Order: sequence, then C-alpha cells, then structure tokens
Amino acid sequence: MLEQNRDFKVIGRSVPRVNGADKVRGKAIFTDDMFLPGMVYGRIKHATVAHGKIKSINFEKALELPGVLAVITGTECPKPFSINNYKPTELPLAVDKVVYFGEGVAAVAAKDEKTAERALDLIEVEYEELPFFLDPREAMGQDEQRIHPWAENNLNYEGNQHFGDVDNSLEHSHAVVENNFYSSYTNCGFLEPQSALADFNPGKGLLTLYTCNQLPHYLQHTLARTLEMPMEKIRVVIPTVGGAFGGKTEATPSMLVASLLSRKIGRPVKITYTRKEVFFQNKSRHPCHMLMKMGFDAKGRITAVDFDNILDGGAHSSWGFVVLWFVAALTHLPYKIPNVRYRGRRIYTNKPSTGAQRCLGGVQVRICVESLLDQGASALGISPCDIRMINAVESGYKTPTVVEVRHAEFKKCLQSVTARSGFREKYGKLPFGRGIGMAGGHYSTGGAFLLYPSYRPHSTANIRIDNESGVTVFIGATNIGQGSNTVICQMAAEMLGVDYRNVHLVCQDTMLAPMDNGTYDSRLTYGAGHAVKNAALDVRAKLFETTSALLGVRKEHLECGDGEIFSVFEPEKRVSFQKAVYQHLSSVGALFGTGEYTPPQPKGDYEGKLIGPSPAFGFTAQVVEIEIDIDTGQIKVLGYWEAGDCGKALNPMAVEGQVHGAISMGLGAALFEEMVMDSNGAMLNPNFHDYKMPTTMDMPEIDSEIVDSYDPTSAFGNKEVGEGPVGPVIPAFLNAVYDAIGVRFTEVPLKPEKILQALGKIKGPGDIPLYVAQGPARCGKEE
Amino acid sequence: MKQYIELAINGLSYDVVISPEDLLIDVMRQQLGLTGTKKGCGQGDCGTCTVLIDGKRALACLTLAIACQGRAIETIEGLEDEGRLDTIQEAFVDEGAVQCGFCTPGMIMSAKALLDENPNPTRAEIKRGLAGNLCRCTGYIRIFDAVEEAARRRQAQSGKGGE
Repeated sequence: MLEQNRDFKVIGRSVPRVNGADKVRGKAIFTDDMFLPGMVYGRIKHATVAHGKIKSINFEKALELPGVLAVITGTECPKPFSINNYKPTELPLAVDKVVYFGEGVAAVAAKDEKTAERALDLIEVEYEELPFFLDPREAMGQDEQRIHPWAENNLNYEGNQHFGDVDNSLEHSHAVVENNFYSSYTNCGFLEPQSALADFNPGKGLLTLYTCNQLPHYLQHTLARTLEMPMEKIRVVIPTVGGAFGGKTEATPSMLVASLLSRKIGRPVKITYTRKEVFFQNKSRHPCHMLMKMGFDAKGRITAVDFDNILDGGAHSSWGFVVLWFVAALTHLPYKIPNVRYRGRRIYTNKPSTGAQRCLGGVQVRICVESLLDQGASALGISPCDIRMINAVESGYKTPTVVEVRHAEFKKCLQSVTARSGFREKYGKLPFGRGIGMAGGHYSTGGAFLLYPSYRPHSTANIRIDNESGVTVFIGATNIGQGSNTVICQMAAEMLGVDYRNVHLVCQDTMLAPMDNGTYDSRLTYGAGHAVKNAALDVRAKLFETTSALLGVRKEHLECGDGEIFSVFEPEKRVSFQKAVYQHLSSVGALFGTGEYTPPQPKGDYEGKLIGPSPAFGFTAQVVEIEIDIDTGQIKVLGYWEAGDCGKALNPMAVEGQVHGAISMGLGAALFEEMVMDSNGAMLNPNFHDYKMPTTMDMPEIDSEIVDSYDPTSAFGNKEVGEGPVGPVIPAFLNAVYDAIGVRFTEVPLKPEKILQALGKIKGPGDIPLYVAQGPARCGKEE
Repeated sequence: MKQYIELAINGLSYDVVISPEDLLIDVMRQQLGLTGTKKGCGQGDCGTCTVLIDGKRALACLTLAIACQGRAIETIEGLEDEGRLDTIQEAFVDEGAVQCGFCTPGMIMSAKALLDENPNPTRAEIKRGLAGNLCRCTGYIRIFDAVEEAARRRQAQSGKGGE
C-alpha cells in the first residue's frame, strides 16, 4: 500500500520534538548532569609547550594530597588511537613527548574537583623544548624536524586523483581563472563541553562509559582496542548530547583517561572538560591552503578543474585522510565538471588537531569553486546566476568518479533564490559599499565507508510491539540535537498508524541498540528511514497475518492508521491496533520486526573511491546582500535567501532549524571565527570571549524555502539537509564583498581591519587608528 | 573556612555548607541536584547558566553562592507549575526553538526576565534581551519566534484573567 508521494499522515508535518518538553524543563540529562554513587572527579594536566620531550614527571606530592585517589601518566596506557586506527598517533596521555600546547600529560582522580585541581598544581613536568611548526607550508618538507618520528616530511597522508585530461582541457579552454584560497581554523563551538563518566565494575569486568559522542559503536571499538578489553565488556551510553557538529565524532583523551582511572580505582570517575580544554581538544574544521584553476568554454560551461590542497592537520591523525578525500569528492558536484585533478596533502603541525566539522570538506571546496565561478562569469561577461544554471547538475547525472546523482532539484534551488532575492536586478547595480553574492552547494547523505572494516549493515532497526510497552524501536541512532529521535518516531508512527508521541525509542546504548555507523555525513535519517521502514514492514506482515484471520479480509488489503487496522476496500472491517496486537500475542506469540540498510558499494577503480560516493545528495542555493561601512570596515547583512532540496521534508520545522543553524555556523566562519596561536604555539583565544561566535545581534533574518522534492530512492523521499547549507555561506559573502567594493577576498574571516586595508584606509591589520584618551585616564563610575 | 548558609531556590529553602569561593552553579548542580542550569564555559561568556536572582538575570558561574543568602533564586526547574509548562517553555517547544537543548534553560530564563520587564518587546528588543545567551544550533530565528509567541500567549492569558 506504500507508494511514492502517498498522503503521509505524520511524515512531512512540523510536529514538536519528542524530547522538547524535557529540554525546556531542564530535565534532559546531559552527561555532566549525572552523579553515580561513589563517583569521584578526574582532571587532566596539560602541556605548556607546543613541542617538547618530556624529561620528567614528578607526581609524588600530588599523590600525597589528602583526597587524591590516583595519579596516572601516559605509561599507564601507551597505545595510540585514531579514526579507523589509521596511522594512530594520539594517546590517552602523552608518552615521551608532547606535540601541541595543551596535550594531556598526567591525570588525577580525587574526591572533588577542587582537590583534583590542587593536585594538578602539585605535578611537576620538565620539558626539553623542540622546534615547532604552526603553518603546514613550513612544516612540510622539514624531514629533520619531524613531529611524529615515522612521518617523513611531516606528511600525514597524500592523495591524488585525475579524471579526464586536465592540462589539455585547460589549454583549450576559452577562459581560465585561478586563485589561492584559505579556509580558516574554526571550532565546532558546541555549548556542552565533552564530559565522560566511566564506571568500571570490577565484579563483572564491565566498563560502562556515559559520554556525549556521535559514534557510540565506533567509540566502543576505540575503547576496546586502546584499553585492550573485549567489546562485549564495554558498554557506551550516550545521554543527551548538547550539540556536536562533527567535533564529537572521536574518542577524546578524557574518555580514555576516565576509563583508565575508573579501572584503576574501581569507582565511577567523571571528567568534564573546561571550555579551554574543549578548544585544546578541538577536532574541528581543517584549515586548507588551496590553489584552484578552473577553465570554461565560450558558453560558460566548466571544462576542467585543477586543485591543489594542503590541509593543516594539527598534531594528530584524526579524520585526516577522510577529510582529504571528502574535499576531493565534493569537488564533483553540484556542477558538471568533466575533467578534475586533485592533489591533497595533509601535514602535521604543532597545533590542536583538526578533524570533522559540519559540512566536512564542503566548506573548503565551496570557497574555491564558487569564487572561481564568479571570476569566470565576470571574464565571460555572464551573470553569476546564469553560469551556475548552465553548469548545475540534474537527476541522472554521473560524475567522472562514477557517482550517479539519482535525484537532484538543484536548478529549482538556484531559480528560487535568484528570483526571491532580486539578484538580477541588484547584481552589479547597487551603490558602492553595497553588494549581493550567490553560491550553491550540496552534501552527501551517507556513504559506503564503514568505520569498522566489514560488510555489516550500516543501519539496523528492531521493532517490538506488545500491550505492555506499546511500540518500541531499538535503533543505534544518536540524536545530537538535530532532531533524529523525533523523525524516527514519526517514521515508525507513519508505518504503524500510531501516535508518534507514543513510540518508545531505545537508542544511544551499545548494549541495547543494534550497531549503527553513527551520526556523521548526514547519513542518519536516510539510513534510519530505510531500516525503520523495513522493520515496520516486517512486523506489519506478521501482524496483518493475524488480523486478516480476525477480520476475515485478505492481508494485502490491510492498512493501519489512527490506531486501527482496517481493510482499504471494506473500511467497516476494522480493529483497534491494540486489539490486533493482543490477538497476535495470544495466538502466535512475541511480535518483533527487524530491518536494515546498507548503501550501495562504490563503483569505479580509483584511489580514495570509498569516501564520497553516496546514495543521495541534498542541494542548496544561497544569496546574501550586504552593506559595508566604508569607515569601520564592518559588514552588515541586509538580506539572506536560501532554497534547499532535502527531498521530502520529514519535519519542515526541524528542516528550517537545520538550515538556520547551518547558515549561522557559516556566517560565524565568514565574519568572525578563528582560533589564533601565539608565537609560543599556545592558543590565544580558547574561550567564547575572544573566539567570536554569532550572537543574537549578529544573526540576520533568513528567508528560506524548501523546494518541492521527493527522492524515490529514499524510504520516505528524504535526504540530507543538515550540512550542505553551511558550504555556500562563506563564498556568498566573498562574492557579495566583491560586488560591494570590487575587492576579491580569498580568505576568511572577513574582519573589519582586512576590509579597511583592502580599501587603502589602513596599511595592515596592526595599523588600526587607536582612540587616544584626552586628559588623565578615568576610573570608576562615570558621572 | 566552610560556612553554613541557606539558599532560597524556586521557593524552597536549602541548607548548604560551602566555602566562600564556591560558585552558585557548582553548589546548585553538585550539592543540590539542580542540574537544569548548565555550565557551558564557566567564564560568563555563553549564558547557559542564566538564573534569576531577585527577578534579575544573573550568571550562576560568576556568582558566589555565599552572596545569595537572603535572596530569591529562580532556575529553570522553578518555571513549571505542578507539571504544567510555563508559557515560555511551551512556546519554545511549539515553535521549534529547541535543538540540542543545552542553551535552552539559560535562554528561557533570559526570555523570562525580558518578558517580565517588557511584556510586548519588538524583535530588536528580543535580540538585545537575549544577546548574552549563545546558541550554536538554531541560528536563533526560531527562538525569536518563540519569544514573540510567548509574549502573545502571556497577553492573551492576562487578558482573560482581567475579564
């Protein structure tokens, strides 16, 4: 009975979140809100040099402090870890040397936080300082000064791809444009600092870790490998997660340290990072130094792209090789590019490591592609909106990487924002200081890459139905604030005809929920959709078998809705869902269904092919109109328009929230956000006072639209929405600034001093005219 | 030197033994189990620890517990009435103003202070009123919508009350 575009009852409705009431009441439990009997507190001592040999660590005095239960150093567990165990470099606590300012060198467990902090002060660490690098362009090639002994020339990973013939195409292009670009060193900025509460039960040999993480099954794997324990003796439980944005995809050292301390003393140990420690741990966006060349034919069609990318990896491996390939993969959409060459090199530097941040890889590549499209449009004398329409992909397009775009409404997005913003009427015609800029974008909806090297399903859902508990869905999905719990309940409710608020979810617990690949790459809702739908079809088939006998109708005529099961042809033949379940349990027995989903395996034969191919892609187009204050260099947003293709919007209110949040993150990166290192390699602004995220006063109103779309490959027509909309924000601003003042910026953030320098009003960022106080300095209250 | 003090929170009096340097946020969360108020930065930058003290907004991470004696503290847990959500809480759920929920308690307390002072704020006044509360998920827009909706509902309620 399920057909495409059928008249959904719960899907597609802006229903409130299932956990909304708990959150507004202050009753949602985050990890740091948990206190277990006998629990003690852990704290970590951090390195005070950017690169140095650890000559000695003396913790005798700390251990003698009353209230201290244990002190550990790196020798407690000298086993490195990383994503997928690829070139693991990071340790729970450093051994022999530290590679960034802020790396953990020792940890304590004590009866309370104050005692733990006092104990840290009593630990003495001596370093022999080593030369350090803060810029990957300086670190690369420095083979004599390696950050990791095995990493020649400080190279973490190099990847090359070449599709078609780039040199020949560029040579024969009508126009070729190029530029150097830089994407900045930003932080995910989730408001909940990572907290880890480890509870080792010596009687059972079982470690339970409560923590905020996006990939609980992967975390369980990392814990098992690093702590050398069998997976079945580790349970990861994820309480409410206070934002993640990619930055909570990895195991933090604190999770391993809390586990080590708990295993050592046999008590629950909680370590909650301070905000400064969140910045030290970082694992956010890779700053990239990029050189891109783009060729066009006379009609404005892109002929080729040549792309060289140096990624700043910071001190550890993290998601490095995945990001390197994601940047490459995301180059191939949302425009048709027949010839593409990519050279990526990820370099170690002595900085807090970079990793994953919302729209991973997409933000970097969009800066280059969308800027060069405007440069190309200018060279060819066509409008930025036309050059995008000329090159935009449609459903059925196949990339040179053999990825088929099975469904795309990108052109609708471009047309919508062009019309709604009045782009044609404004571009190039606004007074000096005012400008309008456009950019497009897309993102994948999960890929073929499984974090465990195996072929098991990426998503699994089990549904249990009985009269005692009603409908319960067991699924390995992790809600990080994006609203997956709500849409999963909507999906189950849609399939089973019950109220979405009555569906119970068992998730975020590796012992109770089936394995799931995790919350990343915007894969969750697409994968969960298929798994939940398949599980529901399985359980419906069993239930309808019983109901058909009960009602005396053919089982294929049955449908469920509004808490009843009924014949679609003889609507008077109906029974309540509860009664049908009662009959089934009494006559047949337990009622369970199971469903799974695995995306198609990647095609083609090329290096890096596992990363990027996706069963579906979401699309977005954006326009920003700005006004630059010529005297202060400040940028004011006058209007922001977005149109998105997320397939069927499962919950339009939640979709809009995702789009707003994504644009807010992009706007922060475009205008304010940047982690800054001092000359000693210490971060200057590891706090929300000096690391400027958008406040209520910075956020413009956003005119967003969900274009009409339904992806027939998806369980409910849905696809990605949460990440793609971050990508176009920066280049939309860069293009708008060019339209406003005729200066093409190729890096962010667009700080006022950079604008003033470009306008010739100051010589450089340090040359800002200072206000000189007249007369003696005043203190105290003004009169 | 530890001291015994009384703290009046959400209409209840709590006896606590504290050190003079103890912060209100830590005493509430670690000693009293009032974990609804969050600690996002510990430096007064993010606003997740916003509470009301004598009806005025305060950041519990910068407030000494000892300075709160004899003052009325209101936290997110104090808003609901016998399990019924307050108008602002209700509007936040209905308008989709909640995503991860970590900023939500502080944001709602700021909104309450704003609406108590100014029952009918303009959009610009709402933005100024919430400027001390960071949110990384929502882009704030639906939060502004929720506060506008809460103001409407409050006025409708007080209108009914006056009849």
